[in-house]
This record gives sequence, C-alpha cells and structure tokens, in this order.
Amino acid sequence: MRFADHIEFAWRVVRGYRARTLLILLAMGIGVAAVIAVSSIGEGARLYVVNQFGALGTHLVIVLPGRSETAGSMPGVLVGKTPRDLTLDDALALRRSAAVRRLAPLIVGAGDVRAGALSREAPVLGSTAALMDIRHMTLASGRFLPEGDPRLAQPVCVIGAKLAAELFGARPVLGEWLRIGDRRFRIVGVLAAQGQSLGFNTDEIVIVPVAAAQALFDTEALFRILVEAKSREQIAPAQSDIEAILRERHEGKRDVTVITQDAVLATFDRILRALTLAVGGLAAISLAVAGILIMNVMLISVTQRRSEIGLLRALGATGRQIRLAFLTEAVLLALGGATLGLVAGKLGQLVIGQIVPDIPFTAPWWALIAAPLTAVVTAVLFSVLPARRAARLDPVQALSKR
Amino acid sequence: MIRLEGIERVFRVGGEAVHALRAIDLQVGEGEYLSIMGPSGSGKSTLLNIIGLLDRPNAGRYLLDGRDVTDLSDDERSRARREKIGFVFQFFHLVPRLSAAQNIELPMVLAGIAPEARRGRIARLLADYGLESRAVHRPDELSGGQCQRVAIARAMAMQPGVILADEPTGNLDRHTGQEVMALLEKLHADGGTLAVVTHDPEIGARAARRLRMIDGAIEGDERG
Repeated sequence: MRFADHIEFAWRVVRGYRARTLLILLAMGIGVAAVIAVSSIGEGARLYVVNQFGALGTHLVIVLPGRSETAGSMPGVLVGKTPRDLTLDDALALRRSAAVRRLAPLIVGAGDVRAGALSREAPVLGSTAALMDIRHMTLASGRFLPEGDPRLAQPVCVIGAKLAAELFGARPVLGEWLRIGDRRFRIVGVLAAQGQSLGFNTDEIVIVPVAAAQALFDTEALFRILVEAKSREQIAPAQSDIEAILRERHEGKRDVTVITQDAVLATFDRILRALTLAVGGLAAISLAVAGILIMNVMLISVTQRRSEIGLLRALGATGRQIRLAFLTEAVLLALGGATLGLVAGKLGQLVIGQIVPDIPFTAPWWALIAAPLTAVVTAVLFSVLPARRAARLDPVQALSKR
Repeated sequence: MIRLEGIERVFRVGGEAVHALRAIDLQVGEGEYLSIMGPSGSGKSTLLNIIGLLDRPNAGRYLLDGRDVTDLSDDERSRARREKIGFVFQFFHLVPRLSAAQNIELPMVLAGIAPEARRGRIARLLADYGLESRAVHRPDELSGGQCQRVAIARAMAMQPGVILADEPTGNLDRHTGQEVMALLEKLHADGGTLAVVTHDPEIGARAARRLRMIDGAIEGDERG
C-alpha cells in the first residue's frame, strides 16, 4: 500500500466519523493550547523580570557597604553590617579601574519636601550627573545634576514627574525653589514619568548632588555605589578591580559587597525558567489524558469497524496494513489537534496579553515544539494497543454478523 | 485449481469440540462452476473460508494452483488472497463512508497499484457492471442490487482466478438475485472458477457441479 493511499484512507475515516474526530481534536487541542498558554505565562514573567533588571542599567556592578554572603538576592533588600562606611572618596577612587566607564555614588534618605505652603515626605537621592546615564533615566524638561566636582554641594535638584505635579500643579516648575529639611534647592529638571522600577518609584523622588545629601542627612556614608562597566566582558575585571581598590583603601579588609547585575539576573532567570518548565509539564498532563481518550475512542472504533476490518482482510490487507491504517488515523487526528491547539494557545496568549499588557507573554520555543510533538507521540503510543487489536482480529469472526 | 485433502476444522464452543468440517477431500478444476448447498451449520461457509484462505484447517492439506498453502504465514495468505481470490458476501460488506468507485478501488489500493493504473480499471469495471452513473454514490444511496454489483466489481478488481460467493442472493429479491447470478456466471463463462454457497435450491441448481454438505461432510457431488 502506498504512503499517499494510507493518508487518504485515514483522511476518509477521519472525515467519515465527524463527532468522534471533533471530540479528539478538542481534547488534543486543549492539551496543546494549555501547554502553550501556561508556558507563555511563565516565560512572560521571566521576560518581565529580565526587562525590569535591564531597566536598572546595563553592565551594572553595585557596591554595598558591609560584607554579605547572600550574593543572589535583590540589591534593595541586602542588609550587611557596616564596620566601615563607604565614602565619596572611595567612590571616586574606583575611577582608577580601566574596566569602569562611569560611576555614581548614591545616598538615600527621606526628606520633608516643601514648596510654598505645600509639603510632603519624599525619598531623597544624593548622586552625581552620571546617575542619569547609568540608570537610564530620561528628563521631561530642564537638565540633570551639573557635571563637575561631586564634592561641591550645589543647591540644585531634579524632581520626579508626580512630585512636580503634586507640589506645583500645572504651574511651571523649572527655576522654582524647593525646601528640603532646612535647605533650599532650585529645581533644574523634571524626570519623565517612568513608573515603578524594582521598588523605586522614580516619579516621586528628589535627586540632589551627593555632597548636598551628605550635608542634609549629616552623614559621610554612601548607601551604594553604582558602577557601569565598559562592556559585558569588562564586568568581571571591574568587579575584581573594585574589590582590590576598596580593600587597599580599607586597610586590607574586605568589608564591602560587590554584586553584579548579571549574577542577580542569572539567578532569577534560572528560577523562572525552571518554574515555566514545571507548569508546562503540569499542563502536559492534559496531553496524556487526551492520549487515553484517543485510546478509548480507537478501541471503540475497532469494535464498531469489525466487519470493515474483516472485509479489508478478505480483500488481501495484511495485519501490518490494518495496524498502519489505525496508527495513521491517530497521527492525523493528533496533528489536527496540535494545529488547533497551537492556534488556540496563541490566541489565548494574545488575550492574556491584552488583559495584562505589562507582561510580555510569549510562548518559549521549546513549548512550541514540545507540545505538538508530545501530542503526536502520545497519540501514536496510545493507538498501538487498539491498532494491534484490530490487526489481530480473526477475519472470519470479524466478517460474521454478530 | 483447488485441492483439499483430509481437511478438518474443529471449533471449541463452550469447552465442547464442534466438527465444522470432517475429512473433506475435494478437487476443483480451473474454470469450474460449483454450488455448495446444505442446511445451516453444515459447514458450507467454513469450507468457503478455508478455500478463501480466511480460515486455517486443523488438519489436512490445501493446494492452490499446485502450491501448498496450508501453512503459509499470515502475510503470505493475505497476498495470495489479494491476487487469486475474489469474495462476494451476503451483506455486500461495502465500506459505508466510501463511494462506489472508492469501494471498487480498495483491493487495488491495498495491493499498492499506482493511481493512474487504478483509474482505468475502475472506469472499466464501473462500465462492465452498469454502475457509471452511481460511481460517486455511497452505499446508503444504492439499491441492494447495485450494492452487490459494486461488491462483484470489487471482487474482480484484481482479476482473481477464483470467485467465492457466500449467499450472494440471500439479501436480494428474486429478480435482483437472478441478475446478480447472471453477472457471476458471466465471470465463470470468461474462464474464472466460481463457487457459490446458497440455501436456495433454484440458485444451487444453476451450477454445473453441485456439492451437498451435511454435518461437516460432503454427502453429494453431482455433475451435469
């Protein structure tokens, strides 16, 4: 029997028993669609986290005061003991490393911010001009902190879009004076609205020169030093340079923690990938259920088509041909179901994407291959038994009227 | 040329052995026309199934065209069936989802004949059996006589030397039955071996050689 004839014969069976075909297509389709939709949710979550970290900066190396062993946690929640402060001079010394493109010292505090009669509490960041490029910030108007010696405490500030709106309404903001604590700052720039980015809402902050923040909070200690390496390959050299320089400056003590964005990212990436695989695997169970349904339906079909099988034997069909006929039928059904599932899964992914537009839902490539493949393999596996049963039917009994 | 020597067929029914065929010796020459008659359960159909290689005897020897086919493997029996034997059944056994033409095509599909070669043969068979206008109709749109004509055309698709018909008129009215018999007899006239199992004495009497079976044994073998 020719290959094309096998396909055509199976195709006519599939078309001949519509209800049965529809049922199997539905079961297979749901299985495949579930795997694709669920894994695309997992993949979407992974991409979301990766993008969020990407927005934090590129080739970033973060220096924290204190020694901490938890290297894979979020930079915002790392709390180390501080035997010795990180100072502005420490930060400036890091410029010696050839692997470092730029760096920004960071002081974080909360301040009572007042403009005219309005007042509110806001996070105050002390940093330098380089912060804007390192953190990929954009300005809505004005300019950022001035370049020049970071030790100079110029009375200027940049504020978030939401804070500007709350304090000044629709009035022009640039050039206005802002009181933070007992000091006055002239507003030179307003940040573009960016929204939440890993725990920091940049729309509500005030950024002042680092020296001004030191005076404001009456501390020499830096909260972080954000360092940008020259390239991806330079991240590791930058990290070791930073550790060497700071150890030298701190009398040989390793009392800082240097973490790279990559290390943090890689950890999240691994966790979320594993999670996606796990939920995809759970959804794949529905494919196994679909396989069992195929087996049931096929077994019934063998019983219903007994006399047809007997006839085919009488016409000279070998047992192998009968077996192949049933297997081909199963493969056709599985392929149909898989196609249906791929389309439905993609549609479902689009719908979820509409509901939660922030998360980039997309089915990972392995799911697009594995789901249909699993469908076909289960269909074939679960059809082996019915097909064998059909092939072994005694032709005389199969032909006789029951 | 069919030669059966000492064929026995025993079925086990509820622990009891039932002799469907006992010590059958039979020789059927090429181009013979044979009818097999006898009461229900006398072994007529079993004999036909043995001759048609659908069933295996428990004992004895079967030679088909000089070749011992008693112990052939399942695949070899299938091949022999496909090439040498055409079946016609009481209940037609057409595949319900296939058209008349597709039903006729089936044996050629199973034999792996190229589609181009199949088309010509199907057209000729449809013409031979007056089915041109019914080619695309499915069995449920055909009359009983038309169904049996499709079945005969299908049996002839591989041009077998032997046609085995099991109660071919059993499901047809008298007039249609006569028509179907005429078609089968035409095959015989063209040189084919024809064996017909029937209840109907009138149908049975048409054959040149008439076997009579009782309790699994051949009790009568008349010629002329």
